[in-house]
Amino acid sequence: MEAERTASMTKRIVILGGGTGGTLTANRLHRHFRHHSSQHQPVEIIVVDQDDHHVYQPGLLFVPFGLAQHSEIVRPRQAQLHRDVEFVEDTIDHVDIHADTVYLTGGRELTYDVLVVATGAVLAFDETEGLTGPGWNEKVFTFYDLAGATALAGALEHFEGGKLVVNIVDMPIKCPIAPLEFCFLADWYFTDRGIRDKVEITLATPLDGAFTKPTAAAALGSLLEEKGIHVVTEFNTGEVDGGPDGKLVGYDGREVPFDLAVVVPAHSGAEYVGRSEGLGDDLNFIPTNTATLQTKAMPNIFALGDATNVPTSKAGSVTHFEGEVLVENIIRHLDHEELDATYDGHANCFIETGFGKALLIDFNYDTEPLPGHFPAAVGMPLLKESRMNHLGKLMFQWFYWHALLQGRDIPGIGADMPTSGKDRPTTPVDADSEGASA
Amino acid sequence: MSTATLAGTAVPVNDEGFFEDPTLWTREMAQEMAAADGIAELTPQHWTVIDFMRKEFFEKGTGPTVRVLGKTSGVTVKDLYLLFPKGPAKMAARIAGIPKPKGCI
Repeated sequence: MEAERTASMTKRIVILGGGTGGTLTANRLHRHFRHHSSQHQPVEIIVVDQDDHHVYQPGLLFVPFGLAQHSEIVRPRQAQLHRDVEFVEDTIDHVDIHADTVYLTGGRELTYDVLVVATGAVLAFDETEGLTGPGWNEKVFTFYDLAGATALAGALEHFEGGKLVVNIVDMPIKCPIAPLEFCFLADWYFTDRGIRDKVEITLATPLDGAFTKPTAAAALGSLLEEKGIHVVTEFNTGEVDGGPDGKLVGYDGREVPFDLAVVVPAHSGAEYVGRSEGLGDDLNFIPTNTATLQTKAMPNIFALGDATNVPTSKAGSVTHFEGEVLVENIIRHLDHEELDATYDGHANCFIETGFGKALLIDFNYDTEPLPGHFPAAVGMPLLKESRMNHLGKLMFQWFYWHALLQGRDIPGIGADMPTSGKDRPTTPVDADSEGASA
Repeated sequence: MSTATLAGTAVPVNDEGFFEDPTLWTREMAQEMAAADGIAELTPQHWTVIDFMRKEFFEKGTGPTVRVLGKTSGVTVKDLYLLFPKGPAKMAARIAGIPKPKGCI
């Protein structure tokens, strides 16, 4: 079969991962090559994933509060892909970047002309002492996977008061504002149940503020304070003790006691990356050119989304914006043309703040989140709570399944960060001044 | 930007005391900065970390995070905190004369 492919001169693009990045890349590539078939050699597109469950990850935040159900946020991966894209359900053993071959654990070997790494990030539970030990899924939870978010829903329902601690173990994490949103929603949830005065909510973070970028950190910090949420900064979690006297223990010896802990574990790239010589870094993320999304491993390997080491948020919006540049560059690579170096780090996130409101932030590598309006002077308010942003967040799920994954553009939201509606500070803000995680 | 006088030499540093130019760094300067930070003497294990951080910086353009240090330097994260109690990545980077490790976003 491999010999047959070589003889037929068909180019093969193998995409590892059938999540947000892999799916939208496959569908965009398919559309391009279908519409321009006369200009190219035939192209076949193969997507590999270990299972057939595509989770709408922004929905995980809502599951613990009973605002979203398992069935609403999970769909089959294959059904999101165009029928001409081949879907292979198998785990990846490793990639040989010199032989242009992916080895699957089922025994199949996939040679490729272009490889796209879109296998996201995994939760490294075992890197934190005690995390999955005593109390795990009884008083220590995570909402960063579906099983955890579902189990946490039950625990919150029966929580009658005490210390709730939300803890970020280490950066980077997917959707760095989700732990703050969890705090805001918990404030709303317990207020709604009439027991807010019996619940102490604390956010323990390795950062030196509520968020990584100064203007947004200040705005979000004030919001946390207004809502009576305590913040413990520069806290580097060494151990989670889920025993009778539950507590987080920092490497510096500080302790944060809890009755219920919601922990965001450290993140790594997918495990097979570690078995694929030359592909990833020490944390299994893929060193990637920040503007072209070509990897540093090989010119015919590209990467997007949570899998990369690109210095912007690990978020669906980022993956969506990266996808436009990445697809263009795969086409250019196949046509032996110079790559388009225009990805600017654009990220756009709704931040749910409870009570039917949300904030919106929009930023890139060089411009931190600023107040103003998105996408232009008349639009959704930025860095300010509003009902419109909340409705935007809810509506986004429809766009996700029906437009974003299908590789269609969302009206008014392009890869380049818009600047016209933003209130720029009179003195430049140092975009590099975000705190390092210790 | 300001200037620090270390081992008798004036060195440009940023507001938090991180070197602007890592090539100006010497081992004597490291010893002096460590002493000012409450580390009376840099032990061989301290030097392992400092040398590793400089090597990583010159190879990759940024100093490693604590987690990467724990995985790759040969010193566990627990020990890193014993060696550099004020936060290994930042404190060791400063003493090693490299810029503050880039924060994750």
